[in-house]
Amino acid sequence: MVTVNPAADADELEELSKSWSSQLIDLIRRQPLASAGGLVVLIMIFSAIFANFLTPYDPEAASWVNQLSPPSAEYWLGTDAFGRDILTRIIYGARTALFVGFTAAFVGATGGLILGVASAYFGGRFDIICQRLVDIVMAFPLIVLALAVVATLGASTVNVIIAITIPFIPQCARVVRSSALAIREIPYVDAARALGFSHTRIIMKHMIPNVMAPYLIMLTTFVGQAILLEASLSYLGMGVQEPTPAWGLMLQGGAEEFAESAPWVPIFPGLAITIAVFGFNLFGDGLRDVLDPRLRSR
Amino acid sequence: MHKYIAKRLLLILPTLLGAAVLVFFLLRAIPGDVCEVRLAGSGLYVDEAEIELCREKLGLAKPLIVQFWDFITGYVVWDLGDSMWTGKPVTEEIGLRFKLSLQVALMATLVAVVIAIPLGAISAIKQDTWIDYVVRSFSIAGIAMPSFWLGILIILGLLIGTQHFLGTPWMPPIEYVSPFKDLASNMAQLIWPAVATGYRYSAVATRMTRSALLEVLREDYIRTARAKGMTEKIIINRHALKNAMLPVFTIIGIEFAFLMGGLVVTEQVFNLNGIGKLFVESVQAQDFAMTQQLVMLVVLIAVVTNFVVDLVYAWLDPRIRYA
Repeated sequence: MVTVNPAADADELEELSKSWSSQLIDLIRRQPLASAGGLVVLIMIFSAIFANFLTPYDPEAASWVNQLSPPSAEYWLGTDAFGRDILTRIIYGARTALFVGFTAAFVGATGGLILGVASAYFGGRFDIICQRLVDIVMAFPLIVLALAVVATLGASTVNVIIAITIPFIPQCARVVRSSALAIREIPYVDAARALGFSHTRIIMKHMIPNVMAPYLIMLTTFVGQAILLEASLSYLGMGVQEPTPAWGLMLQGGAEEFAESAPWVPIFPGLAITIAVFGFNLFGDGLRDVLDPRLRSR
Repeated sequence: MHKYIAKRLLLILPTLLGAAVLVFFLLRAIPGDVCEVRLAGSGLYVDEAEIELCREKLGLAKPLIVQFWDFITGYVVWDLGDSMWTGKPVTEEIGLRFKLSLQVALMATLVAVVIAIPLGAISAIKQDTWIDYVVRSFSIAGIAMPSFWLGILIILGLLIGTQHFLGTPWMPPIEYVSPFKDLASNMAQLIWPAVATGYRYSAVATRMTRSALLEVLREDYIRTARAKGMTEKIIINRHALKNAMLPVFTIIGIEFAFLMGGLVVTEQVFNLNGIGKLFVESVQAQDFAMTQQLVMLVVLIAVVTNFVVDLVYAWLDPRIRYA
């Protein structure tokens, strides 16, 4: 039965003996777009962590002398209406965006994972009730549901995360459930049940590891979506509050005012949002191709 | 088929009821209401009795379950209540603004379709050429770019451009005019938000068109058609595109269902007096009566659109038969 393919073996050996740098070059050649996305993500994480060292300015301290100064050697991207350096606020804003993005995506996707797998595994009435709940929540447009949650809880960073997480759970649950349904039919789950393993053990050890691909794909997609949603909420004044640096917040105010006095104020934070979401989307697309070619992005 | 339609229609009701329960109790889950916002919002000391009186008047003092009953039975007798902020009937306030939002939504859909289908098709036909890469980057950018930022950029561009070329900055009109009365003024106001919302929408549809067409082009009957010596033009137009349109149609429907949500932000940017702006304002004022009816309206649009998309899908594709 076991056939050894010497050519493949040699390939594998070669692969292993390659230095990490040439492996990296290989990866970039095979997935150029995803690598670019990964680079954006890395830059974001780097600036979020080392924000204090990257810029000499304080992101929250207003300076009445330097209001709306245009981009210069001193302030690379200019200053806003409070005289705060825009580049500094963008760098610190990466912190807010990543914090909100990762937390909401992780909690939302994981909640969905558990709900989706449990729904598929137990089936029956539990499944029907879960699916109806998912239907109801998914009938709400993302931003409308998020706004309703913020209206209930009040606007703050933590509440924004909750507001973004809630609509993610059913989305992920639906995708995970459909993969889990297929896995439930595979004999080894039956075997595990026949051996008398507990439901928890079967779900944790036999079901969840097999739906990791859709889970990870949903997770990366959610990070981009969460960043976009947080920016929208903050822009509406229903998200992260001043003086915390957040990209959506920096876009607040009328475009008409900016046009006359300071077009640089709205341009750069919006660019930061776009590049960040772009990066996460590209990275997610690449991940999808690697993990599950059947789910290749449409 | 008829049985399927009846079943789907019956399923809409529990979804709507569930949404009603969710939004009703969500809004009332924590303390704070329109009376506090209105009376104590200014920061001045307000007599507790005065707030109580206000609640009494607006029906907020009744037990929750009674309020919920009024909310639900309101649909039966078609009395959706009055705005707790302006005091006018909710239906009147929504009616004033619905036309504008609907028009923007339809125009955005049109923008999306006009951009997406040709671009997606070209991208698929010229797969892995520079045209394909440009189209794909264009559509990935559309998904990443916040529509409100695009809106801000459009306004900036308009102002700076007209200042530069005409000498005086020009802004789109603020006042909504019906397209049947003054088409030019109506378009001058609404074409920009339609483009800002439509771009993202088109990005999703372009990607779908591309991948659906690529899939169809790999089918056997396309190879047969080529073997018969048919021209590429006829193959694409008559054989491939028609079949590739099915998933595209679905995604356009799904996105339309959620477009009303997207308008929340766009209307804010362009200062349009539509239902999106009304929604944000009523959320801020904690105007429960208005917020819950707006949410229900948006959910209703989403649910009905999905239902219609499913039906039309079955009608377009005879292979699909709902039991």
